[in-house]
Amino acid sequence: MNGAQAMVKCLELEGVEMVFGYPGVAICPFYDSILDSDIRTILIRTEQNAAHAASGLARVTGKVGVCAVTSGPGATNLITGIATAFADSIPLVCITGQVNSELIGSDVFQEADITGAAESFVKYSYLVKNAEEIPRIFREAFYIANTGRKGPVLIDVPIDVQNTAIKKFSYPETVNLRTYKPTVKGHAVQIRKVMEQLQKAKRPVICAGGGVLLSDAQQMLRRFAHQYQVPVVTTMMGIGAMQTEDELYFGMVGNNGSPCANRAMNDADMIIMVGARVADRAVNQPEIITKDKVLVHMDVDPAEIGKNAGPTIPLVGDAKHIFENLMEIEISCDHGLWVQTLYEYSKTMQEKRRPNPDYIDPAAFIRKLSDRMQRDAIYVADVGQNQIWSCRNCIVRDGKFLTSGGMGTMGYSIPAAMGAKLGLPSRQVVAVCGDGSFQMSMMELATMRQHQVPVKIIVIANRYLGMVREYQNNTYKGRYSVVDLSGSPDLSLIAQAYGMRFLRLEKREDEDEMIGAFLQGDDSVLMECVIDPMDVVK
Amino acid sequence: MKKIYSVLVENRSGVLCKVAGLFSRRAFNINSLVVGETDDPTVSCMTIVSSGDDHTLEQIEKQLNKKLDVIKVKTFDEVSSVSRELMLVKVKYNRSNRRDIMEIAQVLQAQIVDMSRTQMMIQLCDVPERAELFLKMLQSVSIVEVARTGTVALSKCHDQEN
Repeated sequence: MNGAQAMVKCLELEGVEMVFGYPGVAICPFYDSILDSDIRTILIRTEQNAAHAASGLARVTGKVGVCAVTSGPGATNLITGIATAFADSIPLVCITGQVNSELIGSDVFQEADITGAAESFVKYSYLVKNAEEIPRIFREAFYIANTGRKGPVLIDVPIDVQNTAIKKFSYPETVNLRTYKPTVKGHAVQIRKVMEQLQKAKRPVICAGGGVLLSDAQQMLRRFAHQYQVPVVTTMMGIGAMQTEDELYFGMVGNNGSPCANRAMNDADMIIMVGARVADRAVNQPEIITKDKVLVHMDVDPAEIGKNAGPTIPLVGDAKHIFENLMEIEISCDHGLWVQTLYEYSKTMQEKRRPNPDYIDPAAFIRKLSDRMQRDAIYVADVGQNQIWSCRNCIVRDGKFLTSGGMGTMGYSIPAAMGAKLGLPSRQVVAVCGDGSFQMSMMELATMRQHQVPVKIIVIANRYLGMVREYQNNTYKGRYSVVDLSGSPDLSLIAQAYGMRFLRLEKREDEDEMIGAFLQGDDSVLMECVIDPMDVVK
Repeated sequence: MKKIYSVLVENRSGVLCKVAGLFSRRAFNINSLVVGETDDPTVSCMTIVSSGDDHTLEQIEKQLNKKLDVIKVKTFDEVSSVSRELMLVKVKYNRSNRRDIMEIAQVLQAQIVDMSRTQMMIQLCDVPERAELFLKMLQSVSIVEVARTGTVALSKCHDQEN
């Protein structure tokens, strides 16, 4: 057995079913060995999307997503994907080929210091110097990626290490790292304090972030909220933690969030932040959530607690465990009146959109579309105006809502949707992007075709980089700079070129019928939804 | 405010880069950083002196703890620790100021460790403030070169090790 065979063996032992990637000389031994394995390989069309596809798969299956690319430009192309996963704490193992270890540092062909370059975007990285270390390193990498605060781990393997024979392959059963012992269980004293405060609170609110989904704590959150009648709002990454139609759910917070959710946060006397970073887009004035309020901050990463807002009760641990522990303490409380107040707000504080009646209203369209999707469908939003319309209007039931929240990486939706569909083939998967983000990833239509991945794609087309245009309109008095997307291709021809069904929606009266046609069957379909070029999110 | 971080790390290649990178990435100050192996060859000790407000100093500790190569972070202020810095100063001298220089060295318990007909090298090992003072006192003579180790520190001795 050589190093490359050992790498593949490790992936098999970790239960990896699929590797996304792009070969090159430095990773060829690995791609040669994988031919002898049942692991499926997906040839992506640019390396960045390998990480996004692995991220989509990881987010719907809860498993670690794996990608493997070559050295030099292959590895550097991957960085945006790694950084995107890092910002949203998505577990990935990213394997890069590296030049011969004796040549490292001499600037040979396709050499890049990828462990150095990616350092600030990875949870951890390895440069493998000895093939004998491969089993231990892979075992650790998968453990690190998918425990504690999850995130991407990079393994850089020089080609000579992949080709070196190893004496004995033994896969470690356990991982024992003296530097890494994530705190999963919450501190009992703190847990009791939370429940004491909840009993006293008149107007408590739970603000759920992506951490709830990452620890698969949605059911626990819902049970907890209903048991004590605590209203719930989410961050962008937390969308789907509650079902949209749950009577205790009041929408997304933040400067692009729902007015009612923000009002709930402002009026609350107790905020329970769970699995959320208190990032600027969600809470742009952290002093508001700490002043005159009890702030409970629960997170698996102690460094997030107190980073942006000083909590009254810090609580380190995994969301699922914490909710279980909280439920063990019985209290009696009644927040019915507060919930009633929020109902009133939600009725009166609707966002005021004035859509142009001559065009499709993207907000209403997304509501209708998501309402008619299968109950457990996966909705992947891209970045831009389409993301904001999606966040505010997408109805999530038993499925998932995926988007690049922290990094805001355009072009995320198509590869991530593809990864999601490959991870859960029985689910309906819909990617919604703008015409800018579509063109950043449309090369992956070939990947979808080659590997028969039936993803349904909607392009909300306004022939502008709409989010930036809107910003320039508000901030630079309408001086539009480099946001005009004329020259974009005819999408019907693109669909034809890639063998996809195509629909173009332009008139409101066609909406219902077109949505029906779009969602019908389990095939790849591209739908262009033409909107007013001047439409705005605010 | 100043704080001293004594950081035990895995003695592996690239670790210094990761820790230093953390400081630049998050815009934390480094006043000094010293690395050396400990009694355990698999463990290195980094002594980092940083300054900032309370919030920043707390974040530094948390972010250091989060790094996967960091085994343990201990923090202390100047009161609860013993800190030392080693400094070598090379100065030019002549007949008229030789005596002054030697007097300053004597008062501050510095040693002359090397000498030529025109230059001498003085070594000082003391708390960082005294090193500053020494440099200040030597400002009247012409300094050729200065090399400083930065602060190393350990918490004061206790009867029970914690």
